[in-house]
Amino acid sequence: MLYREAGQFKSTYAEDQQIFPIRQDRIAMLALLVVAFVVVPLTGDQYWFAAILTPFLVLSLATLGLNILTGYAGQLSLGTAAFMAVGAFMAYNAMLRIPHIPIVGAFIIGGLCAAVVGVIFGLPSLRIKGLYLAVATLACQFFVLWAINRIGWLSNYSSSGVITAQRIEIFGYPVDHSEGKYLLTLSIVSVMALLAKNLMRSETGRAFMAVRDMDVAASVIGIPMMKTKLLAFAISSFYCGVAGALYAFCYLGTVEPEAFTLDLSFRILFMMIIGGAGSILGSFLGAAFITLFPIFLNVVSKSLENALGIEISHAIVSNTEAMIFGGLIIFFLIVEPNGLARLWQITKEKLRLWPFPH
Amino acid sequence: MKRIAFAAATLAIACAAPVYAQNEQFVPANFYWVGPYAPGGSGFGGGLIDYMQMLNARDGGINGVKLTWEKCETEYNNARGVECYERSKKHPPTGATVIHPLSTGITYSLIDKATADHIPIISMGYGRTSAADGRVFPYVFPLITTYWSQATVMVKFMGQKMGGMDKWKGKKLVLVYHDSAYGKEPIPVLTDMAKEYGYQLTTIAVPHPGNEQQAQWQQIRQIKPDWVILWGWGVMNPTAIKAAAKIGYPRDKIVGVWWSGAEEDVIPAGSAAKGYISAGFNAPGADFPVMKDIKKYVYDKGKGEFEDKSRFGSIYHTRGVVAGIVTAEAIRNAQAKFGKGKPITGEQMRWGIEHLNIDEKRLKELGATGLMPTLKVSCMDHEGSGLVKFQQWDGAKWKVITGWMEPDRKLVRSMVEADAAQYAKEKGITPRDCSKDSL
Repeated sequence: MLYREAGQFKSTYAEDQQIFPIRQDRIAMLALLVVAFVVVPLTGDQYWFAAILTPFLVLSLATLGLNILTGYAGQLSLGTAAFMAVGAFMAYNAMLRIPHIPIVGAFIIGGLCAAVVGVIFGLPSLRIKGLYLAVATLACQFFVLWAINRIGWLSNYSSSGVITAQRIEIFGYPVDHSEGKYLLTLSIVSVMALLAKNLMRSETGRAFMAVRDMDVAASVIGIPMMKTKLLAFAISSFYCGVAGALYAFCYLGTVEPEAFTLDLSFRILFMMIIGGAGSILGSFLGAAFITLFPIFLNVVSKSLENALGIEISHAIVSNTEAMIFGGLIIFFLIVEPNGLARLWQITKEKLRLWPFPH
Repeated sequence: MKRIAFAAATLAIACAAPVYAQNEQFVPANFYWVGPYAPGGSGFGGGLIDYMQMLNARDGGINGVKLTWEKCETEYNNARGVECYERSKKHPPTGATVIHPLSTGITYSLIDKATADHIPIISMGYGRTSAADGRVFPYVFPLITTYWSQATVMVKFMGQKMGGMDKWKGKKLVLVYHDSAYGKEPIPVLTDMAKEYGYQLTTIAVPHPGNEQQAQWQQIRQIKPDWVILWGWGVMNPTAIKAAAKIGYPRDKIVGVWWSGAEEDVIPAGSAAKGYISAGFNAPGADFPVMKDIKKYVYDKGKGEFEDKSRFGSIYHTRGVVAGIVTAEAIRNAQAKFGKGKPITGEQMRWGIEHLNIDEKRLKELGATGLMPTLKVSCMDHEGSGLVKFQQWDGAKWKVITGWMEPDRKLVRSMVEADAAQYAKEKGITPRDCSKDSL
C-alpha cells in the first residue's frame, strides 16, 4: 500500500536513470543514512560501535570488493584476506614512513598497493577460469602471508611481526574513541559503496557482467578481455585493501598477520554467497548475517540460560552455535541460492502489489 | 553529544539489566571451550573459575565482596575476543575490572582498547613481552614471567645440563616455532644470546595448526642439533614429539615452552613423549593446600568446572588457579587501599596489581608454596618475577626437575626497554614517571 510507484512519472532521462527510481526507496535510503550518521552515534553505546557496527561495516566493504570481482566479473577468488593484509600493512607503512600523511591518504596507498598485488595475481585469469583460478588466488593468500611474515621491513622489523596501527588524526583532531572510528568507517564505506553502485551502472560495470555471463561472446562484441579482467582485479583488490586498512586502524588496532588467514577469505566468500553474488546490497546483508548471527545466537543462549535458570555446559552452547549456523547456511543455499538480496527483491515486488495481489 | 550518548547508554543499561547485588566484583571469563586450542582455554578458564568459586564458598568472597563471572567464547579468534571484551566491559556493577585474554593475538588487539578504557590486562606468560615496562604500558601486566625471560632460562638450563655456559661454543640449537606472533617472540633473544655464547641458531617455522611436520624434522635430522626448543601450541606439540621420535631425535634434548608442556601435549604422543622436558611457571598437582580447598569446597559439593575429574590438578588447571590467586590478591590489595568490602574499579585494580607483593609468607597463607614463584610487581617492572621451573614427562606425569631458575635479567630488561621505547615513539606516548605513585 505504502510501497507503490503509481503516479510517479519520469520526465527526463536523468530521472529515469537514477539509482533509486522509486521515491519510497529514496526516502528509505535517506532515512537509513540519517539513522546511521546521526541517530546511532547519539544513542548507541560503545559495545555497539566497537564490537558490532565497525566490524560489520569493514567486512561489508571487503565483501563488496569480492562481489565486484566474483559477483560482477565472474572471477572466483580466495585471496580476499590477502588483499586485506596488503592494505593493512601498507597503510601502516605509509603512516610510518611518509611524514604528515593524512589517514585517508594512507588508506588510499594501502588500497593501491593491494590493487597492484591483485593485478599481478589476476594475470592467470587471462588463461584459466573457475575453480582453477580460485586455486591460483589461493596461492596469493599463502604468498602474501608468507611475505609479511618473512620481510621485516613490512612490519618495521617488529620481532613478532605484529603491527600497531598509529593514532588516527583528522584535521588535527585525534580520533581515538570508538564512536569516531565508527563514523570514519561509515563515511568511507558509504562513499565507496556509492562509487561501486555507479561503477556497476557504467560501461565498465556492464563489461564486467558481459565477461561473467560469457567471456567468448564478450570478446566477440569487442570487450577487451585483458583490460576488463585486470581492471576487475584491481578495483576489487583496492576495495579489499581499504577494508583491510580499516580492519587494522578502526577495528583491531593491533594486527598480526594471522588475523588475515584463509579462514577470513572463506568467511568473506560465504558473506558474498549468502548475501547474494552480484549485488551491492547483498554485500551488506551477507556481512550482517555472518558477523551478527553468531553473536545473536550466543546472547540468546545466554538469556535462555538466565531465564530458565539452568546451566547449560558452555562447550555445548558453543558447539550448538556452530551447528545451527552451519545448518542455516545449507538451508539458505537450498532455498535461496541467490542470497538474501534476492529475498529482499522478492519482498519488494510482493509489497508493490500488497494488499491486493492479482 | 558524547554525554547524551553516555547518559542514554547508562539509562539503557540501567533499565535493561537484571538486578545485581551491589556487593559483587565481576571478573570476565573470556576463554575458549571449542576449537583446536580448547584444552588450554578450558583448563585455564576452569582453574580461574574454580578458585573464585572456592573463595566464595570458603570466605564468602573477598572481604564480603562476592566474585562473579560470565563466560564468553572467544574461539582463540581476535575478532571474537574483542567482541567478548566489549561485552564484558559493561557488565554490572563495575564492569570488567581486569581481563585475562589467554591469547597473544587477543592481547595485542586489546592493549590500546583496555588502556583507553582503564581496564588492566593480565597476560600471564603470554602476550607482548615489552609490556613489562610499566612506564609505557600502564594497563598491561605480563605477570610472573615473559617469553623473553623464559628463552634466557632455557639457554641457561641447557648450558647447565652440558656442564656450563662455556660449553655452548660451537653447539647447534634449533628453534621449532608456531608460525605466528606468539612463535616468533623468542627469536630476538635467542639471536642475541647466540652472539654472546657462540652457538649456532637455526629457526624452523611450522605453519598453523602444525599437524604436519615431517619436512621440518627431516631438516632437523640433517642439522643434528645439540638441543631443540619447541615453541608450539595445541595440536602442534604432540605432532612434534611424535615426529622427533620418528627420526630418532632424543626427546630429553627437546625443551618445550610452557604452552608445550601440559598433559594434553604429551599424552596424545604416547610413549614417544617419555623424557621430554618443558618449562613452566606453575607446578602441577592436587596436593597443594589450595588445591585441597578447591576439592573440598567446590568439587566435593558437586560443582566445579571439569566433568572429567582427571584434569583436576593438571598443568592448565593449576595455571588457571595461579591466575585466580593473582587476580584475587590484586583485588584484596586494591580493597585494602580504597575501601574494604567494596567493589573496586579498573583504575583501582590497576593500582592493586601494580603493588602486588606475594612473598613466601603470603604463598604459605594461600596454600600455594611451590605452586607458583614469589611475585613482586612495581611500576617499572610489570613482570614481577621472571622465575621458571623445568619439568620432565616420565610417561605418566610431569616431574619437576629444577628449582625456580633466574632469567638473564640484564639482557631481557635492556631489550624490553628498547622495544617499549620504540612503541612509545610510534604511538606518541610519554612514559610515566615511576617515582610518583599514580592512580
